[in-house]
Amino acid sequence: MKTLSKIYNILIFLFLYAPIVVMIIFSFNDSKSRTVWKGFTTKWYAELFGDQAILDALLLSFIIAILAAIISTVIGAAAAIGLKSMNVKLRNFMMSLNNIPMVNPEIVTGVSLMLLFVVVYRTTGLLQPGFGTVLLSHITFCVPYVILSIMPKLRQMNPYIYEAAQDLGCPPARAFMKVVVPEIMPGIITGMMMAFTLSLDDFIISYFTSGSSAQTLPVVIYSMTRKRVSPKINALSTILFLIVLFLLVIINFRQIRDSAKEREKEQVKG
Amino acid sequence: MAKKKNSWLAAPFGVWMAFFTLIPLGVVVYFALTDSAGAFTFDNLLGIGQHAGTLLRSIWLGAIATVLCLILGYPVAYSISRAKGVSQQTMVMLIMLPQWMNFLLRTYAWMTLLENNGLINKFLGLIGIGPLSMINTSGAVVLGMVYNFLPFMILPLYSVMTKIDKHTIEAAQDLGANGLNVFRRVILPLSVPGIITGITMVFVPAVSTFVISKLLGGGKDMLIGDLIEMLFAGTAVNYNVGSALSLVLMILIVVCMAVMNKFDDGEETGALIA
Amino acid sequence: MKKRLFSVILAVCMLAAIVSLAGCKQEDAVPLTGEVINVYNWGEYISNGEDGSLDVNKEFTRRTGIKVNYTTYPDNESMYAKLTSGSADYDVIIPSDYMIARLIEEDMLEPLNMSNIPNFSLIDDQFKGLEYDPSNKYSVAYTWGTVGIFYNKTMVDEEDVKDMSWDILWNEKYRGQILMFDNPRDAFGIALLKLGYSLNTTDKAQLLEAANLLKEQKPLVQAYVMDQIFDKMAGAEAALAPYYSGDALTMFDDNEDLGFAVPKEGTNRFVDAICIPKGAKNKELAEKYINFLCETDIALANAEYIGYSTPNTGALEQLDEEIKNNEIFYPGDDILSKTQIFLKLPDDINRYMDTLWIEIKTEN
Repeated sequence: MKTLSKIYNILIFLFLYAPIVVMIIFSFNDSKSRTVWKGFTTKWYAELFGDQAILDALLLSFIIAILAAIISTVIGAAAAIGLKSMNVKLRNFMMSLNNIPMVNPEIVTGVSLMLLFVVVYRTTGLLQPGFGTVLLSHITFCVPYVILSIMPKLRQMNPYIYEAAQDLGCPPARAFMKVVVPEIMPGIITGMMMAFTLSLDDFIISYFTSGSSAQTLPVVIYSMTRKRVSPKINALSTILFLIVLFLLVIINFRQIRDSAKEREKEQVKG
Repeated sequence: MAKKKNSWLAAPFGVWMAFFTLIPLGVVVYFALTDSAGAFTFDNLLGIGQHAGTLLRSIWLGAIATVLCLILGYPVAYSISRAKGVSQQTMVMLIMLPQWMNFLLRTYAWMTLLENNGLINKFLGLIGIGPLSMINTSGAVVLGMVYNFLPFMILPLYSVMTKIDKHTIEAAQDLGANGLNVFRRVILPLSVPGIITGITMVFVPAVSTFVISKLLGGGKDMLIGDLIEMLFAGTAVNYNVGSALSLVLMILIVVCMAVMNKFDDGEETGALIA
Repeated sequence: MKKRLFSVILAVCMLAAIVSLAGCKQEDAVPLTGEVINVYNWGEYISNGEDGSLDVNKEFTRRTGIKVNYTTYPDNESMYAKLTSGSADYDVIIPSDYMIARLIEEDMLEPLNMSNIPNFSLIDDQFKGLEYDPSNKYSVAYTWGTVGIFYNKTMVDEEDVKDMSWDILWNEKYRGQILMFDNPRDAFGIALLKLGYSLNTTDKAQLLEAANLLKEQKPLVQAYVMDQIFDKMAGAEAALAPYYSGDALTMFDDNEDLGFAVPKEGTNRFVDAICIPKGAKNKELAEKYINFLCETDIALANAEYIGYSTPNTGALEQLDEEIKNNEIFYPGDDILSKTQIFLKLPDDINRYMDTLWIEIKTEN
């Protein structure tokens, strides 16, 4: 049974990693073709750093992800705290509002935002699709996740400590910063990370809301998959992938060491 | 009383959602109910009938992919949840790691694997099988869906299963339940919230995808997502018909999810990252 | 977990910063003026520095200090969709003939100030004042070519190729080995040619007949694609694919078994030309860019890299003899006399074609 489940897991991991291996291999292909192997080269890695279009898109994706994460965390954290002190009816209404972008298929969210921007642009000349519209859309689909990751922390928090702080003479704003914020910090950080990764990875909504001047990396990659993906993109993804892998391995290794130490301590105690 | 003072903090959120969620949906409804000149009409919605086949096919393929994800993902999630500390962390990491690579590129790489002269067929040729024709079929589209959304099934399942108390299982065993019964009477019922979340998280994106079908399906069996994309940004622009289709898709999914979410408290989504 | 993710993200951010800095340095260039033009072009349709070619956009920035924000589209219709959606922040676009006519009629193009484009004189007269832009006020020809059929010699019978006809795309023998255009105008064009009708028919009955022919063909088609044809034909995934003559060089390079033939019934001849969309914010810079594309050395670099036939006399002169005399790229009158150019169709016919196209694509 044990070996059976091991084999099964290995097969699943093979399934998950096969295309990634293919992609990495073809980043070293001496041809732009995705199907024909013409020999080993590292030239795409060199050319990648000279390709302003790809680098611009990468930078833009990061800027938008960082801004979307910060802004949606601010809005979301405030909203979570506000929702907590609302009456039940209003809160339920707000929560179902919060669920819309999460339950709605992404393509519908993308299309509806695109229509909004088109209508606003045609009637007022404002909000021309571009950097601004992509950022607005990203914040919109990030906020609900931020709220959902902060809400449970607020629920776990003892409500009396905030009041206790005030009873002890702490002004409300300061009590809030000193008592409430540290309590929900883990939720805030989780929410922010989630917003960052969601924004960085988003393709569908960016595709519909980006204009000519703000194509994020996934949008650029999509326009390539409709013809041929430049091996430079494979090279870029390989680099990013290896960095993430490297960091995760280091962190994992440190955790293994830490837990080993803890076990030692326990043994000493025992 | 002091508590009530904070509710204004939710105001920016309320305004934001009104502007960027409610009003856009209103605009979709408006476009769905007007013709290209802006006059009121039901034609777009009534015309949906001719796309019923496309809609049904999307739901059908999405449902197959969801079921496959559940069947394939459940054992993985279970064995991860039963693994010891270090290997558990490693396996969770291995499940999440592919997500860091752009999903378009990963799907694109499947073309190289699945094609008639692709890597899988070359391998099969070595052991004397095939060639199988896999690319540009509905099967390839389902494979693409399963591949892309499998982690969305595994992670919520896993996070629910780790919460199952070891002692509950032991108690059941002590009381004489065999392996199958422990699974059926204890583990399965306790993992229902994870199953519900997993299904939601796989089904919705699978039904509405347009990239996967385009890359792996050869543009022959269009899905509802393809059609909507085509009507908004592709080769046959018509916002009015596109809006009507989006509206129908949305209502359909909201209905499905409303039924599902009766069992769900929505917290498991957090499991994706934590 | 949070800490880990945080450090991961931090590291990735750092990489991004390094990468973007690395891309910035440039030698002996005109300093950046801070001006940017948005160029919207077909995919794979400009010399981009790969394989030792000239990076045309970078060269433009080097010579003028103007940055080029370059994005691509897969077909005329997607470009039109983007343009009408209001996200048209473009300064330069390169549509095909019939699309130019449509854009002119819908008042979506800016008239060009030819005094800013002196290199227009290098364009061959035969590409001036064509039907889509009779007074040549709006466009400067960029490339031209014909539509023909690419085939894999090892997969297609020789006799079927010898006397190439559009019928081959309906031949049961090649079931599952045919790739087809993924845009309505080109796809209908082929069906209309096979039926012997005009490419620019406005007769709904003829279009319906063409649509039925395309539906009939659907079971034989492996995939509807555009530029993915390159990889699919190179990897011998399919035996037959109608496509643009200009891509022959690239395709032959990847797979020497490929051939190209123009069917005997005649075909479509297309001209893609450079235009400025209405409301472009940087019209003068755009004209500068157009003039730059018409420079002999730039046009030559593009002609060599893209492979499409060039209307630029200066570039043509310096082009490799072998290509200049190749019938695929520069066909003789026997082929040209049987070609038709796409013209703009009336709105209702366009709509009708779109509806039929959706029917074809969604039908099972």
